[in-house]
Amino acid sequence: MAAQIWAIGEIAEGQPTKLTLELATLARTLAEKGGGEARTLLVGTGASGAAGAAAAYGPDVLAVEADTAGRPVAAVVAPRVAALVAERKPDFLLIGASNDGKDICGLLLGLTDLPLLVNGAGVAWGDGAPSVEMSTFGGKLVTHSTFAGTRGMVIVRPASVSAETASVPGKVEQVAVSVAAELPAVKVTGAVEESGAAAPIEEARIIVGAGRGIGSPDGLRVIEDLAAALGGAVGATRAVVDSGWVPYGQQIGQTGKIVKPALYLACGISGAIQHKVGVQTAATIVAINRDADAPIAEFADLFVVGDLFEIVPRLAEALRARKSGSA
Amino acid sequence: MNIVVLLKAVPVVGTERLDGSFLTDRSVQLEANGNDEYLLEKALKLTEAHGGETITLTVGPAGSMEPIRKALAMGAARAVHVADDALRGSDMRATLDVLTAALKKMQPWDLVFAGADTSDGQGGVLGAALSVTLGLPYLSYASEIEPTDGGGVRIHRINPTGYDILEAPTPAVVMGTQLLGAPRYPSLRGIMQARSKPVETWSLADLGTATAAVGAGAATTKTLDAAKPPERAGATFVREAPDEAVVKVVEFLAARRLI
Repeated sequence: MAAQIWAIGEIAEGQPTKLTLELATLARTLAEKGGGEARTLLVGTGASGAAGAAAAYGPDVLAVEADTAGRPVAAVVAPRVAALVAERKPDFLLIGASNDGKDICGLLLGLTDLPLLVNGAGVAWGDGAPSVEMSTFGGKLVTHSTFAGTRGMVIVRPASVSAETASVPGKVEQVAVSVAAELPAVKVTGAVEESGAAAPIEEARIIVGAGRGIGSPDGLRVIEDLAAALGGAVGATRAVVDSGWVPYGQQIGQTGKIVKPALYLACGISGAIQHKVGVQTAATIVAINRDADAPIAEFADLFVVGDLFEIVPRLAEALRARKSGSA
Repeated sequence: MNIVVLLKAVPVVGTERLDGSFLTDRSVQLEANGNDEYLLEKALKLTEAHGGETITLTVGPAGSMEPIRKALAMGAARAVHVADDALRGSDMRATLDVLTAALKKMQPWDLVFAGADTSDGQGGVLGAALSVTLGLPYLSYASEIEPTDGGGVRIHRINPTGYDILEAPTPAVVMGTQLLGAPRYPSLRGIMQARSKPVETWSLADLGTATAAVGAGAATTKTLDAAKPPERAGATFVREAPDEAVVKVVEFLAARRLI
């Protein structure tokens, strides 16, 4: 039987998120391998407008316009996905491991009878069902899991696949969904913008990480300068975030974000297990630390033994010189 | 205001392992899940300021008693511990059913608090699922939680540029983050008092949940294999003086086409 695989997308500022395009690519690839059909589902304000951009990645897009103003997005999206799941009976749902994605998935766990696999770092087509790779226990183990039956939901982490457009774009179908009962009302009564909010680190190709070794908020300046020279984002350990020097949204690790950049440059970071969990799948890891015995030596590719305040500013300068030299 | 805090007993971070059937070995020493302790701390602060009790709810094996005692020492008034050999190997759906049954049995309460995710399962979805099975409002990713004048709850939900303000009537389910504030250490007095605080232990029979509906036999997901990840080649050390070290780093990054 041909499996129906749906990517459950998210909309930000009228466009599908990067993670949505990754899920659409993944759904298409799995459907090709399994001889099934892929769809991308977009629900929310601006779904129709975002559908075209998502369709370029292959699967036909089901666009469901629904007003999310004044309500948490997940509370609007989940019942509509559940209604469509009941009506069209897809076999597998791929959902992104963003805050809204995990909320949508949790609500769907209550609204449907679908089994759930979380924390997917990679998804392949197995024996009639997705085989989900997870990095578990602080990266000590890589496991593969699947469903006991023939249906289920998978939470997929960012950067598990690269988004790639399809040779033939999908079609867009506008779908009207009526929901039997809305979820109990939660009102969004306001929004507050905070200064210092940076680009989302989950999507950054290069991340410069700040650890306790930066010593003070002033120490953060050299890290930010290096990130700017590399065109990257700033991440931090929990100790640095707890000190209030860097916003929580930039925390990497067990209680923060799990990231997978092409380059992670860890400055003054010892590499405790709680931090390692968040960054160990980075393609390349460079550490700068005074202590050559720091645990980060176990998972770094290059380890510069030295004072970050002597090395980081020189490195930023060298990178800028190199850039202007080659321009 | 009475608050139930979901407190998962997880293997001490760094010591986790799988048993022969690819299940998390929970016979090792257990500790309170780190994210749950932020919610416990917030619940204690709220009940200290506004009255009411903080009660913890744990589903887990006998080793869960150590983190439960710690929560009582921190200030929780009492604890409920659902323990049953049949629970071993339960998937998320079975855990959801058991937590739902336990929370219904514990009513009335005003708020249920859940941590953003767990160090072993890394799901972070049960709070949302519980709001559906209990038919209650769900507020998530809280960096602040406070009661409203009308007997409801208001939270700050973190977003990429700051936070949204969310409000709902109670009872409600709230999932929160470490921004709620660092957990306290138990005082010596708290540790002494914890010894006489009540811990109710419930079996599946007490909840009216069939043993066939939970455990490894009823699991809707299965782990096929587990292996150590491919080892990184190991770090190349650069010990030169800063100027030469920087040259080496630039060469390394250029060779990998990262700059």
